[in-house]
Amino acid sequence: MTTYPWAAGYVAGDRPQIVTSRFHYEDSYTLERYLASGGYEGLKAALAKAAPAVHEDVKGATVLGRGGAGFPAGTKWGLTPAGKYPRYLVVNGDESEPGTYKDRLLMERDPHQLIEGCLIACYAAGLSQCFLYIRGEMALAHERVGRALNEAYAAGYVGKNILGTKFSVDIALHWGAGAYVVGEETALIESLEGKRGEPRLKPPYFPAAIGLYGQPTIVNNVETLSNLPWLLCNGVEAYTAIGTQTSPGTRMVAVSGHVKRPGVYEIINGTTTFRDLLYGDEFCQGIRNGNELKAFVPGGGSAPWFTPEQLDLPFEGRLVGAAGSMLGSGAIMVMDSTTDIPKAALSLTRFYAHESCGQCTPCREGGTWLERILSRICDGHGTSSDLDLLIEVGTSICPGDFPHASSTKLGLEATPFPYKMTTICFVGPSAYAPVHSALTLFREEFEAKIVKRTSIPVTVGH
Amino acid sequence: MSRLNAANLEIAREIMSRYPVVRSATIPLLHLSQEQNGYVTREAMQQIAELVESTAAEVYGTASFYEMFKFEPIGKYCVNICRSISCHLVGGDDLVEHAEHVLGIKPGGTTADGLFTLEAVECMAACTEGPTLQVNYRHRFRVTHQDFDQLIDDLRAGRLDAEIPPHGTLARERQHIPADKAAGNVSPDTPITPAWMEAAQ
Ligand SMILES: Cc1cc2nc3c(=O)[nH]c(=O)nc-3n(C[C@H](O)[C@H](O)[C@H](O)COP(=O)(O)O)c2cc1C
Ligand code: SF4
Ligand code: FES
Repeated sequence: MTTYPWAAGYVAGDRPQIVTSRFHYEDSYTLERYLASGGYEGLKAALAKAAPAVHEDVKGATVLGRGGAGFPAGTKWGLTPAGKYPRYLVVNGDESEPGTYKDRLLMERDPHQLIEGCLIACYAAGLSQCFLYIRGEMALAHERVGRALNEAYAAGYVGKNILGTKFSVDIALHWGAGAYVVGEETALIESLEGKRGEPRLKPPYFPAAIGLYGQPTIVNNVETLSNLPWLLCNGVEAYTAIGTQTSPGTRMVAVSGHVKRPGVYEIINGTTTFRDLLYGDEFCQGIRNGNELKAFVPGGGSAPWFTPEQLDLPFEGRLVGAAGSMLGSGAIMVMDSTTDIPKAALSLTRFYAHESCGQCTPCREGGTWLERILSRICDGHGTSSDLDLLIEVGTSICPGDFPHASSTKLGLEATPFPYKMTTICFVGPSAYAPVHSALTLFREEFEAKIVKRTSIPVTVGH
Repeated sequence: MSRLNAANLEIAREIMSRYPVVRSATIPLLHLSQEQNGYVTREAMQQIAELVESTAAEVYGTASFYEMFKFEPIGKYCVNICRSISCHLVGGDDLVEHAEHVLGIKPGGTTADGLFTLEAVECMAACTEGPTLQVNYRHRFRVTHQDFDQLIDDLRAGRLDAEIPPHGTLARERQHIPADKAAGNVSPDTPITPAWMEAAQ
């Protein structure tokens, strides 16, 4: 259980490390340190096999996507139309979902591991060129990845005839410029084409079929790719020996908010429970100031909320999905008994309303209205019809049953994730998710803020 | 002078050379021009349009989508305070208020001396370390009100010049692909099976 001043937030423990194994070195981002600690050995192991065999390894290990949807990387790579070339790799380093903090650490602390992961993916899936898209606001990550690429090119790990083989691929570092929605994979591609970051309709624009420049394109998250060097070095068996069958390996999670020790932890996938994370000695050590836990968000700002009743669920995508939420990007936000729930919901909803790209009316207008109504409730100007109005606006974005956590207290059955939606991407529903959770679980807090008016208030002169 | 100067034009051409479709260089070139001028000018967008074979309207359409691009001069230091949920839970809003008080401006405003622009922004991927802020996109963590005052003092006195370049400069290290090492762009119009895949079949 150790922290390092050069990796703010990261807490090491006595657990297997797949992606954070170099974080204890201050100079972990240099090629010298990388090579001295087993770097580029995974690439060599990959190049010693035929490309399809490497693809089989990634399939066999069930490396789940770490960007949000949890789709197995090996399966995704197999979705490109047979024989259609060129194919591209676009690396999603746009991390900006509220509560999410891991990809930035991986880019700043171990950029060569990411580069090696990109190379392995390109080799295995026949991807001819790679674009590494880093969120604009991450100046240090740009510097670190840029320098690492320069070192890797000079040493012959990237570029033409890598390590003397027939494998040749360029990796271009690309900048974002501040827009959350660009993290959505089709918006990422639009942005990389030099356009406004507006998501495309799926179907037909599944990137694996029609992606960058209309060609088959694999979009993978930074953490997903960072797993590959270790996998190739240590083999499928070693990888699947960690975690569970459906969720092997480790995951980076960020626990923030009202815990004693917030931090970024590499945890064992599938078995670690939320109780372990929030209360365990090697993790967050309980709620701050000895307060009670009120609620927590298990998987990023768009995830439906959990209450203490769900603490014993493990960090496992299917189970959490069946319980009415999602693991998303590994962001857990903890709210203690002092939390003003309507204000917390407002903070989250405002985020999605603000980040709407504006293409879909239910998201653009609905999100804005949710924010306005919540704002006036929080400011003490809400009326008793506002709570129904919130639900009415929300249902126009997400018609039908909304997923929520079961709560015996309220007599609710869990409705499994995900929701129905009237929008192109998940930003619209995400604006409603916090409102729905907060209203379902803590309606009385909203009611307490509503002014019970008997007449229209008149402003008295000063 | 708001078109790219000769040195930056050379950098622009190198950036453009890394994409098989030149329009992909739009955002990187907008950053480059913002680095040169502190903000994105009309002339720069016109020039970028010529470079990436697009129109000024399209370049503006793209640029205006992204929050980092400014279309008029702002402070030398852009101070962005996170107001998203994790920081909100541990006092992010108070920090914004404190900053308003110390700098005498509201979010979106710039101090009269042109040194500071204040922005209340969304999550900056440091959520366990709130309240968080960035100065010209360099992070500061667990910022107390005293830390904030000290930071402003240090910036005013130029004590952080080595660490924090003026607004516009993102990374001080650029990617450079040596010509003899480059694999080369792969155009979407050339349906060639990669050599290592052919060998595998
Ligand atoms: C609104 C929205 C924002 C997203 N933001 C990110 C992001 O910042 N980083 C990321 O890796 N994935 C993000 N995703 C998920 C991507 O669309 C995509 O599923 C992911 O990058 C695929 O990589 P993976 O399979 O390796 O997880 C976002 C999705 C949505 C709908
Ligand atoms: S849901 Fe919102 S962010 Fe997503 S495409 Fe529609 S308008 Fe844009
Ligand atoms: S919520 Fe403030 S950095 Fe993420």
